[in-house]
Amino acid sequence: MPKLSSVRGMAPLLAWLAVAFLGVLAGIPDGKLRVPATALAGIGLVGAAVSALRGTKRSDRTADAGIAPLLGPVIDAIPDPLLLLDAGRRVLAANAAARELLGPRGTGRDLSLWLRHPEVLDAVAAVMGGERRRTVTLTLPVPVQRSFEVHAVRLDEPARPIHAVLVLHDITLAEGAERIRTDFVANVSHELRSPLSSLVGFIETLKGAARDDEAARMRFLDIMEAEADRMARLIDDLLSLSRVEANEHVPPQGEVASLALVEEVAATLAERARERNVRIEISARGNVPPVQGDRDELTEVFHNLIDNALKYGRPGMPVHISIRRVDRIPELGGAGVAFAVRDHGEGIAPEHIPRLTERFYRVDKGRSRSLGGTGLGLAIVKHIVNRHRGRLSIESTLGEGSTFTVYLPVAGEAPAGEAARAFHKSVIGTS
Amino acid sequence: MRLDSMIAEIGGLAETQLAAAIEALVKRDTEAATRVVEADRRIDAIQAEIDAFAIGLLSGRRPAADDVRIVVAALRVASNLERIGDYAKNIAKRTVPLAQVEPIGSTAQTISRMGRIVQDMIKNVLDAFLTRDVGRAGDVRTRDREVDQLHTSLFGELLNHMIDDPRRITACAHLLFVAKNVERIGDHATSVAEQVCFMVRGAAPSDERPKQDNSSFTVVALPTDDSYPNSLT
Repeated sequence: MPKLSSVRGMAPLLAWLAVAFLGVLAGIPDGKLRVPATALAGIGLVGAAVSALRGTKRSDRTADAGIAPLLGPVIDAIPDPLLLLDAGRRVLAANAAARELLGPRGTGRDLSLWLRHPEVLDAVAAVMGGERRRTVTLTLPVPVQRSFEVHAVRLDEPARPIHAVLVLHDITLAEGAERIRTDFVANVSHELRSPLSSLVGFIETLKGAARDDEAARMRFLDIMEAEADRMARLIDDLLSLSRVEANEHVPPQGEVASLALVEEVAATLAERARERNVRIEISARGNVPPVQGDRDELTEVFHNLIDNALKYGRPGMPVHISIRRVDRIPELGGAGVAFAVRDHGEGIAPEHIPRLTERFYRVDKGRSRSLGGTGLGLAIVKHIVNRHRGRLSIESTLGEGSTFTVYLPVAGEAPAGEAARAFHKSVIGTS
Repeated sequence: MRLDSMIAEIGGLAETQLAAAIEALVKRDTEAATRVVEADRRIDAIQAEIDAFAIGLLSGRRPAADDVRIVVAALRVASNLERIGDYAKNIAKRTVPLAQVEPIGSTAQTISRMGRIVQDMIKNVLDAFLTRDVGRAGDVRTRDREVDQLHTSLFGELLNHMIDDPRRITACAHLLFVAKNVERIGDHATSVAEQVCFMVRGAAPSDERPKQDNSSFTVVALPTDDSYPNSLT
């Protein structure tokens, strides 16, 4: 702990910290602003604050014990991971974001134990060697690929013992958008390729070895039919996804009597429900107002959700759809209608839930395929719901089942301007 | 400890080299591949430094048994990491001829997937070494099984490609080596994990480590009139 000579000695320090704090707060990113410049201004102030502190107490080579307790709250407020380095490349302090990203490695130890990426170490070496500032890009491939702009900045002389500051600014989102596009093309080709190559294989077999084998021929034709159906379904889903996307920024105009529509969709799925020995229960609480929406698209939403519940629910257990009016759609505001589709299946592990609406994301690939899934159903649902200025929420408990809830605005009560903007923010950049 | 930060540095280089080599392979980027080949020198240089430093430690005074164990483990780990660097360099070398021919199906993506697992392993063993965490090192040994399984399946896939179209044999042969390199890198990561155990407990883990690589036994039937193509059975 630092030994401050008197209470009076603390006053300038606190003033410095307050200023530093403001500088830091001004730099808090909202995901779009490019922060480093402002954040670094804040860091510069932290350095100055430290130097003010240094003036009030004995000089101390191993600064770790001296500065960490006071700096902690300030640097922890900075959202980007940040490391403070001494002249010997030792880490004097790491903020909460850095500890979370890199794991606690102990202060006073060499930087390489925290970050061993050669480009980062090179940048730090250059900065220690006199360069004012150097920026490199760092990619951490595992466990989830993340990219950072790493800024190594040398501090001015009075900031000793802190010689340099390392800030990691997350640029994963910006890099991700491009990757999502290329991944999508690769995924589509892959998804179409596998049923196609299976078809080609069976055709070859039927022309050759299995030509005179009656039993094999019938079996192969059945498989081929299933594969062709799968391709057709995939193409349908891709087309409907691109149609929805094209209109995503144009709110739908019609009015839909939602309860009647849900009952209609459930009726079309009755046969499948019987096959799996599942009862579809629909319950509506009170008077359900019409929602603003496109009838065909909403049909697709309910169809996909109920169909999923039938597929992944437990045979013999009911699928329950409850419909009720809500005064306020969560996060968006405005009156709405909530449609909750609940199954009693195995449930979904929490790590999968945020990714369910990604295209071609499957919790269990083999199972999804064998059930005839294209991997696009929930992506379509999400885009349609987005277009309707609604919201999709997914809750699940392992062993008990899942509930998919769609909120749609009541007709004539579209969300107000503020909410609509918030909505746009939440939609952009998602899969 | 100075030795730790040297291991961290050579490890960071090996990690980066592998990531860069695989990215170059997937993107068919020969320039990036050439950079990987050139950067391998840095790994060799640090290994030489570690050797010299370790010899200095061992010969300078009479070191305690614990210290000797750490130094020996670090020497072995450095050699594993240096080999990993060599394999990455070899992958990068093969990327150059591979970029000149048509991609072979999605094999590069499968290799990239293997690479992702192996990168995860290297990261974890290095962290385990630097934090003396035997438990974490143990987890890595079981992950190697996944790599072996992917390698076996890729091996079969490449054989089928060669049978289908003999003009692809050159590219497939390069990819076989690339896949083998990634698989060997996984083995080296596993060996680092064993060194962590040796360093902390004084003995390597006793149980036989899980092996799932059956590529040595893989036989692909050539299609003839009286058998169905292998991919369908």
